[in-house]
Amino acid sequence: MDPKEVKERLKIPRQPMPEQDPKERVRNFNEVPFGYPPELAMKEAMRCIQCKKPLCVEGCPVEIDIPAFLDLIVQGKFVEAARKIKEKNALPAVCGRVCPQEDQCEKVCVVGKKGEPVAIGNLERFAADYERETGAVEIPEIPPPTGKSVAVVGSGPAGLTVAGDLVKLGHKVTIFEALHAPGGVLMYGIPEFRLPKSIVEAEVDYLKRMGVEIICNAPIGKIETVDELLQNGYDAVFLGTGAGLPYFMGIPGENLIGVYSANEYLTRVNLMKAYRFPEYDTPVIRGKKVAVIGGGNTAMDAARTALRLGPEKVYIIYRRSREEMPARLGEIHHGEEEGIVFKFLTNPVRFIGDEEGRLEAIECVRMELGEPDESGRRRPVPIPGSEFKIPVDTAIIAIGNGPNPLIPQTTEGLKVNKWGNIIVDPETGKTSKRGVFSGGDIVRGGSTVILAMGDGRKAARAIHEYLQTGNW
Amino acid sequence: MFPIVEKKVLSPTVFQLKVVAPTIARKRKPGQFIILRIHEEGERIPLTIVDSDPEKGTITLIVQEVGKTTALLGTMKEGDAILDVVGPLGKPTHIKNFGTAVVVGGGIGIAPVYPISKGLKEAGNRVVAILGARNKDLLILEREMRAVSDEVYITTDDGSYGRKGFVTEMLLELIKKRVRMDMVLGIGPLPMMKALCEVTRPYGIYTVVSLNPIMVDGTGMCGACRITYDGKVRFVCVDGPEFDGHKVDFDELIKRNRTYLKEEKIAMEEFTYHEGPKCYETTGE
Ligand SMILES: Cc1cc2nc3c(=O)[nH]c(=O)nc-3n(C[C@H](O)[C@H](O)[C@H](O)COP(=O)(O)OP(=O)(O)OC[C@H]3O[C@@H](n4cnc5c(N)ncnc54)[C@H](O)[C@@H]3O)c2cc1C
Ligand code: SF4
Ligand code: FES
Repeated sequence: MDPKEVKERLKIPRQPMPEQDPKERVRNFNEVPFGYPPELAMKEAMRCIQCKKPLCVEGCPVEIDIPAFLDLIVQGKFVEAARKIKEKNALPAVCGRVCPQEDQCEKVCVVGKKGEPVAIGNLERFAADYERETGAVEIPEIPPPTGKSVAVVGSGPAGLTVAGDLVKLGHKVTIFEALHAPGGVLMYGIPEFRLPKSIVEAEVDYLKRMGVEIICNAPIGKIETVDELLQNGYDAVFLGTGAGLPYFMGIPGENLIGVYSANEYLTRVNLMKAYRFPEYDTPVIRGKKVAVIGGGNTAMDAARTALRLGPEKVYIIYRRSREEMPARLGEIHHGEEEGIVFKFLTNPVRFIGDEEGRLEAIECVRMELGEPDESGRRRPVPIPGSEFKIPVDTAIIAIGNGPNPLIPQTTEGLKVNKWGNIIVDPETGKTSKRGVFSGGDIVRGGSTVILAMGDGRKAARAIHEYLQTGNW
Repeated sequence: MFPIVEKKVLSPTVFQLKVVAPTIARKRKPGQFIILRIHEEGERIPLTIVDSDPEKGTITLIVQEVGKTTALLGTMKEGDAILDVVGPLGKPTHIKNFGTAVVVGGGIGIAPVYPISKGLKEAGNRVVAILGARNKDLLILEREMRAVSDEVYITTDDGSYGRKGFVTEMLLELIKKRVRMDMVLGIGPLPMMKALCEVTRPYGIYTVVSLNPIMVDGTGMCGACRITYDGKVRFVCVDGPEFDGHKVDFDELIKRNRTYLKEEKIAMEEFTYHEGPKCYETTGE
């Protein structure tokens, strides 16, 4: 690109996505951003200077050819742009919405060195939405059956990616999902206003149309074990069961009425649609004062969900300071706009209830930051005598999840580490058990959608090779 | 979809369903349960698998109408289908030859007691059953229980059948008569199980209860079903549903099960409004 053009392009400011007004959106569960209209998308894509050495691609865990798809958007070839992304990423409409781009591609974008980086995530979302909404999604031609079949356990992003990749190679794929709906965290955890469920459903539908069979209500380890799957005709098994075991804090009063794990709270509201009670049967406590404990994406999602159920106040209680919050910046920003009150350097020490066992208050202690710990973040230490109470009727604990032990407990010869995560070869997803592969949160612990998908892609490649050669 | 192939009314508020679920029918063991969701807008509720027929591919459920979902199930007929049934969930009962097993069922609790009693009998135990209900009409599975027990005692709150009084009184009497008991299994409303554990505690008799907390997923993902057991947190859906009753914090669980009383009433009112008045009783639990 000639330097004059580069200079012109660098003058264009980053185009914000139009979004719902904060006052309006806290009263509904509709998606917050509206997405770019085509003109804005083209303008934003123009900001890319088409680097010879595009750092953004290195920053992307699945190495999407970012400058190429941005250039297609500039040319108005939106469907082609979507297909370019899909060469590397099977779920762009999802990733465009939930990936932490500010830590990945956009963090290293050359334009971002001086000004603001190109809005790669927003544009990924635009291209994928355009393709879907205009009905341009095409089912690829499926090669003749190879005669091999693969069982995929869990239908989160890892499982969906494996299924899609393998079915395209002519293998027969069956997904087993414990819940009544496929999608994993995309369905039960991440709220509607951040990732509309219709998008997840469209992706699942796409897999079905390619021939993937999905069996819900099928908890493997209970209804059938991994060994039985292998005996009953599956040539390989992929375990993508996620990190679905909520951690609690282990402090007094944690079982009071009104204290939820984030998993339970979000499942009730998102998957079971408790926000539409009594039209939907599942209830959830509509607290007046709600405290969410934790500083990650899950905490932000829980807090912003609680806000939409009409409370007076929603707090986020986090033991470190704002700088250490692992949640995405954009989410923190959205949460602030919507009126969440942040209590930093604060840690709960006990929950206090009334005689009926209903939560009334949380006693907290103030913290200060001490020496850095093994994660490099400064360790929070309690300040003696600084205890104080926050009156709340609902508390949501969002301090992370461990791996669900169901599969490891019922699978002979499957090695796990001391936290219970399945041990795999990172290049292939091979576990210690022949024919069994794994990836996503069950291997990594709480991670991200894109890394789970990346694992799925690598495992699919290795599974294909294993099915063809039989070599382990 | 999981079709209902048989429906039997057992008492004014209790009915029995046979539902087609072949894999579950083949796999399930005594003590396990399923979670079902009737339709798209429905909630997920756990129900014990009372029996199964692996050949016909059916499971048997016994349901007491205590809220909207169970009342709606009560309106379903043979040929209707349930949208989702997932299972078998929970750990199977630890069945072995203990010697003499005293099994105690209160009200609808007799339903889950039955498959375990059958298992205990098959394992060679002498099975002594104590069955209780509020009145004669509400007593279920008497014939089935007699078939798997060596001795059966019946109590009703109003004395309309068997002895007047509670199952706990009957149990205490047997203990005092020095009837041999190597283990007691008790299932029923929480206050009954709590009282039962207090009866056996001073005698140090190993007492197993099956708990029924609020559940959502049933696979250990949400923690809705958590209890305090021996001072530690346990998830009933994966660590249970059966526990050593002497270590369960019943008071906490009784409170937690009241979490949605208000919402349950709203749901029920909506339901009766749309479905017309229907005989409806609470268990007082
Ligand atoms: C509230 C929340 C918000 C998040 N926000 C973001 C975000 O903005 N960006 C981001 O990148 N990441 C986010 N994450 C993390 C991300 O969702 C996960 O890293 C990702 O979903 C992991 O994918 P997975 O395929 O490994 O597992 P999951 O998505 O957890 O899916 C696992 C599936 O397996 C099923 N399963 C489990 N056991 C069995 C069994 N025995 N048999 C059959 N099925 C089984 C489960 O029911 C589930 O459906 C968030 C997580 C949460 C909880
Ligand atoms: S680093 Fe930024 S400017 Fe360079 S190619 Fe990637 S998106 Fe374009
Ligand atoms: S019901 Fe969700 S963990 Fe037990």
